[in-house]
Amino acid sequence: MTLEVHDLGASVLVQDRGRRGWAHLGVPRSGALDAPAAALANRLVGNDEDAACLEVLLGGLGLSSDADIWTAVTGAPCRVEVDGRPREFGAAVRLRAGSTLRLGRPEAGLRSYVAVAGGIAVDAVLGSRSTDTLGRLGPAPVGLGDPLPVGRASGAPAAADTPRPPLPGPLRLFEGPRADRVAGDALDLLCRTSYTVSPDSDRIGLRLLGDPLPVERREELPSEGMVLGAVQVPPDGRPVVLLADHPPTGGYPVVAVVAEEDLWQCAQLRPGETVTFTSASRR
Amino acid sequence: MKTLPVGRNAVLVEVTTSEEAVSLATWARDRSLARDVVPGAATVLLDGVDDPGALPDVLAAWRPTESGPGPLVELPVTYDGADLEYVARRWRCSVEEVVSRHQSVEYVAAFCGFAPGFAYLRGSDEEVPRLDTPRTRVPAGSVALAGRWCGVYPTESPGGWRILGRTDAVLWDVTQPQPALLAPGTRVRFHDATTGFTRR
Repeated sequence: MTLEVHDLGASVLVQDRGRRGWAHLGVPRSGALDAPAAALANRLVGNDEDAACLEVLLGGLGLSSDADIWTAVTGAPCRVEVDGRPREFGAAVRLRAGSTLRLGRPEAGLRSYVAVAGGIAVDAVLGSRSTDTLGRLGPAPVGLGDPLPVGRASGAPAAADTPRPPLPGPLRLFEGPRADRVAGDALDLLCRTSYTVSPDSDRIGLRLLGDPLPVERREELPSEGMVLGAVQVPPDGRPVVLLADHPPTGGYPVVAVVAEEDLWQCAQLRPGETVTFTSASRR
Repeated sequence: MKTLPVGRNAVLVEVTTSEEAVSLATWARDRSLARDVVPGAATVLLDGVDDPGALPDVLAAWRPTESGPGPLVELPVTYDGADLEYVARRWRCSVEEVVSRHQSVEYVAAFCGFAPGFAYLRGSDEEVPRLDTPRTRVPAGSVALAGRWCGVYPTESPGGWRILGRTDAVLWDVTQPQPALLAPGTRVRFHDATTGFTRR
């Protein structure tokens, strides 16, 4: 079974849960940026959570299948249509052979996820089908007219999944290894500052604009391992939250780490939107 | 040795040298202490740890001298790089002397970064500054220097290191069980590209 892509919006990438265990060789982990949304889309069509789906930036995707198939759209809420007729967002939708599924531009958020029963079955590289935009591993970004192979469906679509989508809120912070590079209490300073999302943000990092942190300009740190969600502070004092395609080693100090459960929000924040932090240990 | 918390499921272990970082990373990997064990220049990141609080006790059993030398890779190089003469001027010696010094060092892959399979090779005492403006395209196999590091570009990419030459060896192959030829801990020697390439 094969999908055909007729329309592309800003960007469409194949993503699964990413490549773990290769960071020591310089391989980013990659994977769906809004992991809970991708997992929900997979559950809705009866896939296990490792299946690969499509990460669609700002809608605009149009695709058809050469056989009847269950699909589901989650993540950034958008209009879902089959052959021009509205269908439910966040639910299993039957796509008949030859019909076209279309995603409108989301009214909020950035990234919508399209799962199909059986998953996108492009070849896995180092155990994952994810496109790594930094290390350029995995499939190339989806192009117009590209045929996308679909795997064998393993389960029935979930007729009534009752997920509780996580609610947005301040990003919870844990202590980072180099908090002492900031003059004062790094966590406290981050929590007291209101940031806006820079348009330079991407799958590598959420770049934040706001009052710069007073980071000490000591000698550059020798390269050290970086984790997903690390809040890195370059010499300009403007924090960057490292996302799925981040380099596995780096030399800027990590002063805090965003709780993994909150990282999905970083996938959906638009340039210019406000970001606030709170301490994970504060009740 | 000092352990620093990195969020809820990771710990950064500070050691004193790159040798210790490679040794500790090998030791931790052998014991599956974390999902990702990432050596840095003088640290080891243990990422994906269920009980980070228990790690300091476990790590106390590590001895820096425990792991032996890593595997040796010998790489044939054609020394025709664009920066060979710059490096010679910088080191105040002949091009032949640059090649001879490069071949006299036994390098060790300290850690990876920049690109999949790109290893930072330590062992040299001599420095060269990076290019002020990186090249937009450096071919795969380029053998280059920056600071005291040596590196071999595993794939074509932009890059600001000073290029000495090129090797035909495959540095990165995702179809192999060990995709990186120069994983951390690997020893590397360079020689003229006439005597073939061996991996032991």
